[in-house]
Parts: sequence; structure tokens; C-alpha cells
Amino acid sequence: MKIINRTNIGWLILIILTYVILEVLTFVGIIDPFYEITVVNIFINIILAVGLNLIVGFSGQLSLGHAGFMAIGAYATGILLSNIPSTGGFIISILMGMILAGLVALVVGIPTLRLKGDYFAIATLGASEIIRVAILNLPDLTNGAVGISGIPLIADWRFAYFAATLTILVVSNYIRSSPGRATISIREDEIAAESLSIQTTYYKNLAFLIGAVTAALAGSIHTSYFGVINPGQFTFNKSIDVLIIVVFGGIGSVTGSIVAAIALGIINVYLQQFGALRMIVYALVLILIMIFKPSGLMGNVEFSLSQLFKRPQDVPGSIENMEQEKGV
Amino acid sequence: MNLKKGLVGMLAATALFAAGCGSRTGAGGNAANEDEEVTLGTIFATTGSVSAYGTPQENAIKMAIDEINEDGGVLDGKEIELVNYDYTSEDTEAAQLATRLATQDNVDAILGADTSGSSKTALQSSSKHEVPTLSPSASADNYTVASDDTVEEWGWRVAFPDSYQGGALARFAEKDLGAQKVAILMDNSSDYSIGLVDFFEETFSGEVVVKENFTAGQTDFNATLTSLNERDFDVLLVTGYYEEGGPIVRQAREIGLDQPILAPDGFGNQALIDLAGPENLNDVYYTTQFTVLNENSLVNQFVENYTERFGSEPDMFAAMAYDAAYVMRDAIERAGSENRQEINEALAETENFEGVTGTFSYDDMHNPSKSVTILELQNGEAVNTYIVDPDDL
Amino acid sequence: MDTLIQQLINGLSLGSVYALVALGYTMVYGIINLLNFAHGDVYMVGAFVGYYIITNFNLGFLPTLILTMLITGILGLVIYQVAYRPLRNSTRIASLITAIGMSYLLQNGMIYIAGPQTRSFPQIINNQLYKFGAIQISTMQLLMLATTILLMIALQLIVQQTKFGKAMRAVSNDPEAAQLMGINSNQVISFTFFLGSMLAGAGGMLVGMYYNTITPTMGAGPGLKAFIAAVVGGIGSVPGAMLGGYLIGITEVMISAFGNSMIRDAVVYLILIIILLVRPSGILGKYEPEKV
Repeated sequence: MKIINRTNIGWLILIILTYVILEVLTFVGIIDPFYEITVVNIFINIILAVGLNLIVGFSGQLSLGHAGFMAIGAYATGILLSNIPSTGGFIISILMGMILAGLVALVVGIPTLRLKGDYFAIATLGASEIIRVAILNLPDLTNGAVGISGIPLIADWRFAYFAATLTILVVSNYIRSSPGRATISIREDEIAAESLSIQTTYYKNLAFLIGAVTAALAGSIHTSYFGVINPGQFTFNKSIDVLIIVVFGGIGSVTGSIVAAIALGIINVYLQQFGALRMIVYALVLILIMIFKPSGLMGNVEFSLSQLFKRPQDVPGSIENMEQEKGV
Repeated sequence: MNLKKGLVGMLAATALFAAGCGSRTGAGGNAANEDEEVTLGTIFATTGSVSAYGTPQENAIKMAIDEINEDGGVLDGKEIELVNYDYTSEDTEAAQLATRLATQDNVDAILGADTSGSSKTALQSSSKHEVPTLSPSASADNYTVASDDTVEEWGWRVAFPDSYQGGALARFAEKDLGAQKVAILMDNSSDYSIGLVDFFEETFSGEVVVKENFTAGQTDFNATLTSLNERDFDVLLVTGYYEEGGPIVRQAREIGLDQPILAPDGFGNQALIDLAGPENLNDVYYTTQFTVLNENSLVNQFVENYTERFGSEPDMFAAMAYDAAYVMRDAIERAGSENRQEINEALAETENFEGVTGTFSYDDMHNPSKSVTILELQNGEAVNTYIVDPDDL
Repeated sequence: MDTLIQQLINGLSLGSVYALVALGYTMVYGIINLLNFAHGDVYMVGAFVGYYIITNFNLGFLPTLILTMLITGILGLVIYQVAYRPLRNSTRIASLITAIGMSYLLQNGMIYIAGPQTRSFPQIINNQLYKFGAIQISTMQLLMLATTILLMIALQLIVQQTKFGKAMRAVSNDPEAAQLMGINSNQVISFTFFLGSMLAGAGGMLVGMYYNTITPTMGAGPGLKAFIAAVVGGIGSVPGAMLGGYLIGITEVMISAFGNSMIRDAVVYLILIIILLVRPSGILGKYEPEKV
């Protein structure tokens, strides 16, 4: 397949167009500082959710420890950027965070991803708690429970937009690649995949690694945008928040994760007015959505530009299409 | 088919977002026009893990503002309007809400947030938009210190900074209790606890024999207390809040640990007596900014009104927030306008403000300078108070 | 030596709490493979129900305990019928999210109703200390141990000896086959939720009494710890949950007492991961071969 084709040019135009619209909205003042924070939060959540969706939705492994990897990125940036307060320092810190998160992901993943069932979920939960306790107990490096403040604010919404776009591109291209299809086959039927000599443990680890690295990226941006971090920001609840976005959007749909991150960001702005009832309303909404639409907003459907141009054809990750293929 | 679903979803989301932006900006514009009003914003956790600290603060501020409005308001009869937000115990949410108050609701000043972490995050946003921000309970020293070691221009507080209180506890331990060996029980997941212990150790001339840890929400301290009881020390310093403090005192006394227990202002809550049991509250000393036992008409009035309105006695957090509201009124009156810059300048000139947590002025680092009172409990009753002079530190 | 025995007693009382909550986790997971995150919050509700019964009706220990267990049992039943049952046929992650939503709802609902502050629990038992040399044990500690063990024996009898228990095991083994054999699996699952929530409620009330402190957020910590206990002991196994609970309780106490209390939680998670690697089905769990 050629790199320069209609679909890819279409995507490029879409990316640039979104950027221009955001730039114009900011310039005109419709996106004021409050909406800017909301928008950045949405971008950070998109990175987190798309990364987690790769693990949960495409390789079919439930991870309850996404916040731990975010914390690694956040602290890498917090520590390095305080010492090298420059854009270069920021880039180095992001790379450091990603490498570190990737290493930790391998340490956790290689032994536990051999196991089937919920053991991986429990192990990731444990791993993220251990990361948090480690941060608390290394006060010389991390400043313990007090956290790090006054971190140079280098990331802005443009940076967050760029990082979110990059994450989406990497993840959606991965799932369309040959290793990506192998990963999806594990979700569909691990035993069948094994019998087709797909190295399931390897692909599960690969998906987990990519997910963890993107979480670190999100953590770095979070740190350099808000300027204040402490271990309390990266608890089990944070992992759950991301998981909610993934499930709400549709497990196994990158489009769904993006739509859900945007929708929840906006819902949150409206709920802020509810005061003490806010979390109760949020909980009720969560339960009702799961009861009436358990497959999430998008199911596992993807938005695809090539379909705009061509006749309907297969979309990776779509059960409907897979069933069609099976029928053929 | 798939394509349509996807497209509709995306479009719906975009439309929703655009609608959200549009309607909100409209509201923001209106507020800017009618700037006759004096508007204050609050950011406290009324849900989530730290809601026990945020809720009484929001209550006390609502009460104080009602009192002020009934009393004729500020600036010759203007009523103060309150905008209350809950940051759900999530720090980033506090940053978002501070920006919302500054730019959408166009408030004149912000009261909040509660914990040091959330206050620092909120201040980061509010100072970007130059809104005076008064946190009733942020105690970490770095709350009012900017990254370049100068003072945070727009940040203020009512609580003692940890360095100040930790130092006072150390002085009291060595002077009044005659302690040479101290054991410390602390919460290393809490910046408050860590800050206090650091400054205690810095000031204390004796020896810290042992340091043990607990975590917030823990209820069983028997293991740690049993092993502490084997050690030789004169005073046990417990740096935490009453939620853990009460059970710690109870379990300590039950296993026969009878050394004096010294604690910070986090112990200042009526629930302490029930949680620990009055028969166990012997030789317990804690710092207080405020006690319902004060012989002070201001305090009596506050306690009476709060109890009547909310059905429980006010705690330390409520008292500090109540003072925060009145400090702000005082500043607005002296500024003579609702201009943010002028309010901020007036805050700096706060002089001998008389509140329920004591009389104070602001120093160069925007910290209240007030004397530390330490309360002695015997059989659950406050029998004695000691005053540690700020000059002694 | 005295200290060691004393710390062991401390560990047993803490472990009792984890064990009671873990029993409910293990039963629910064993039967429908659901990580019921709302379970810790049912335990919290139990503490508050006990609190309200004692303060408003002034009942004694046993009537309060039975009433609390009944009320939380019914709560568990309602949660299952409203929130989990409609999701029986959808993905497991969807029901996991519902469970989390339920947990948020219970916790924040209780904050809304009762306020977020810590309350002290009324003392209805005359708590005495019994001393044996340097070792001491209190009435409450004895009561907690006794209640936990009695409840576990009762549960084990129900699961192993009664017809209903047989049905539970059948459903847990293969829900569809069980249904074909004329077992009303929905009824069986409802009953499991009822039993599990009863135990959590009992745990909550006992903890309230023992430590004399309750808050709406008290469910989160023990909820997770109990879950770990259930996994370590072998999920789906009643004695396993018990063993896991005591193991985690004693480990925590021993680390606090003789090690570094700062790393206590990390060590607990580390034990969890090691057990998962060495014996994935837990200490007493049975290994289930993969079905193709």
C-alpha cells in the first residue's frame, strides 16, 4: 500500500483541520482558559483511554493499573524538568518516563501475562499500588507525600493535541498491522490463536508495553501542564476513571475511546454545578449506561475515512465484519 | 452502516461540545456585565476521600456569608454572592474549578481549597488569572512559596504553617513536658504529617527514639503500639487527624502505654472524645487554634449558630473557614472595591484580625502570625492551656 | 516471645475482618466471575446500619447483629437484581464497571445521607481485658474471632451439606449445564449475593464495635485487602478466604511490628503477585484445566 493515498491524505487534512479549528476558537476566545483546561484534560484522557483500550479492548487483558504507569511518566517529568527547565529537558523527561514505564510493564507483564483469566488484572492492580508506595517512600527523589510543585509549565494544549494525535495514529496503525491482527485474535479466541502458532504471550506483552508507554506520555503532559504532582493523584481511582472511559466508549473501539473522553469531559463540566449530588448522579449515569448499553457508545465500531471514499469493506476489530467474513 | 454510526457519534460529540462552549461563554459574559455584585467562589471537597475536611469548611463559609449579608453586606449594602464547587477530592479538578471561578464566574476572590495539595493546584491556576485565593486549611510551608522561592503573590491562608506548629510542639515537649526521648507515630502518606515531623525534629533538642507509620483510614494500630510500648521514651508524638488519633489514643491506653501523648491541631474535633473514650484521654496534649471551651463571646456565638444550623459542633476546619470568610470581608471593606488587585493589597495589610481561631496579622510570606495554644486533656476534659510564644521559636 | 504471641493475637483480630469480607468476595466471584467492587461498601453500610439500630432502638449485640445481617443481605439482593442481573449476558468488564458505579453510589449516597465525618460507634459490650502474664486479650477480640469462625462454619455447612449449596456449586461449575438440570441459577446467584452481603454487613458492624469508628469511606481499604485475601486463599474456596484473611492480617501486623511499617501495603501486594506466579489458583483453590 502506498503511503500517499486518498485515505491518508484525508486523515492528514482532518488532523490539520481540527488543529486549525481549535486554534481559531482559542484566538476568538470561545475556548477561554477554563475550556482550555477542559480540552487539555480531554486530550490527556484520550491518550490514557486509547492506550488502555489497546490492552483491554484489543488484547482482551483487563488492566487495573494504568495510573501506575501514568505516575511513572509524571514523576520522570516532575523530577527531570525541575532540574532541566527547558523544552529539551521536557522531551528527555518524556522519553525517560516512557522507557521506565516500558521496563516496568515488561517486568509485570512477562510473568503474569502467561496466566489466563483475571490474574493479570489483579497483578496490575498490585503493581500500580507498589509504584505508588515506592514513590511515597523515596522522599529524596520524589519528595514523598508532599509531591513536587512549581514544575515548569511547558506543555500547552497544542502539545497535548499533538501527543493525542500521535497516540491515536500509533495505536490505530498497530491494530491494522500484522502484529495487531495477531493481538486481536487473542481477544477473540486465545486457544484458537495459539493453535495457529501465534505467540500469545508475546503479543499480549507487546500491547501492554505500548499501552504503558502511552500512559507515561499522558503522565508527562499532565505534570508539565498542571505543575503540581503528588502520589494521591495516581491512586486506584485514577485507573478506574480511565477504564470507565474505555468501557463507556466501547471496548475495542479507538473511536469510542475518543468520543467517550470528549463526552465525559463535557458531562463533567455540567455536573460541576450539582455540588454534593454530583458523584451520586455520576454513579447512577454509569450504572444506567451499562445496563442499557453494555457495549458502550460505539460498541466496537470504528470511524473510518476509507469508507467515506470506498464501498463498505472490512474494518479491523468489528465483530459484524468478522462475522460477515466468516460467512463468506 | 458502521460508518454511519461512527460518523453520527463523532458529530453528536462535536455538537455537544460546541453547544457546551457556546452556552457557557454566554453566561460568563453576563456575569462580567453585572459586576456590581461582590462574588466569592469556594472550592472544597464535599465528596470523595477528603470530604470530611472540605464539607465543614463549605458549611462554615455559607453560614458566615449569610451572617454578613443579614448584617448589611459589604461596601455599603452589597450582598455577597457565593459560587460553591466540589472538587471531588481530585487535585486536577481543583485547578479546573479555580480557572472556572476566575474566568467564567468572574469571582472577586476564591476561598479554598482544603488540603495543601489541592490548594497548591488551585492557586497555580488562580494566580495565573490574578485572583486572591485564601485557603483556610492548607498547612504545607510551600503553599505560599512560589517556585522561585519568593512569596506566592495571590496565595493566603488561615492555618498555621507546618514549620511553625512543628517547632511549637518541639518547644512544648522539651520545656513543659521535660521530654528528652520522643517516639513518633506518623502518616507518611500525608504531607501534613511529614511536614510537622520534619520541623519537630529540626527544633527538638532531645532524641527521637523511634518513628513508626500508619496510613489514613487505618483503624488497627495495635501492632505498632504494642511494639512501641516496649521502647523507652518520655512522650509519644502522633501527627495525624482525630479520625486516626482517637483510635490511637484508645488503643494505646488500652494496652497500657501511659506516656503523655502530644498531637497537632488535627486532633481538634469533638469526635476525638467519643473515638478515644473520655477515660482514655489522660495526659493528652494537642495544639489548638480554636476550642469550644474558649471563654470568648465570638467563639461562643459561632459554636452556637453552627451547631443550631448543621446539627453538630464545629471542628477546627469549620473554624478556620469561618475566619477565612471574615478575613475576606475585612479585606474587601478596606479595599473599598471588589477589584481583585485592591483586595489582594488589602489582604496584605490585615492587622490584628480577631477571629475564632485567634488574633492575627499576615507576615511577608502571607502566613498568619498567631500564638500557638496547647490544650491539656485529663479524663476527656480540657483542664489547662499552655501558650507557646511565636518569638520563642 | 510474649510480644510475638501478643502480635499474633493482634493479627488474628485484624485477619477476622478481612476474612469476613473475603468470604463474600470469594462466593460471588466463584459463582459468576464478577469482581464485586461494591462489596467493601456493603461492609460500610453494615457498620452504619448497626450504628443506627443501636442508637435508635437500643438493642443488644445479638439482635443488632442479626438485624444488620438481614438488612445488608437484602441490600445485596437488591444490588444484584437491579444492577448485575440485567448484565448477566454482556461482557464481564461491563458488569465490573457497574460494580464500580454501585460502589461510588453507596459511598457517596452515604456521605450525602450521613455526612462525611467520622463517627464513634456506641459501646454495647462491656469491653474487658483478660491478662495472661504479659499477654492480654479483650472481650471484643474474642467476640470477633468467635463470630467469624462460627459464621464460616455455618457457611461451609451451607455450601457443602445443603441442597442449596449443591446447587451453588453446580452453577459455579457450569451455569448452563446446571440450568439444564433444572436448577434455577438466577435464584441460586441471588441467594449467594444475599449470603455474601450478610457476612460483609456482619464484618462492618463488628469492626465498628471493635475499633469504635465508622466513616462512609471505610469500605475502600478493607475491600481491596479482603479481595487480595480471597485471591491468595484461592478464589471460590470458603476455607481459602478464611486462610487468606488471616494470612494477610497477620502479615500486616508482623511487618508493622518487626519490620518497616512504611512498606506494609507494598509487601502485601508483593505477596499477592508472588502467590499468583507460583500458585495462580491460590493456596486452597483448585486448578481448573482449560476447557476448549
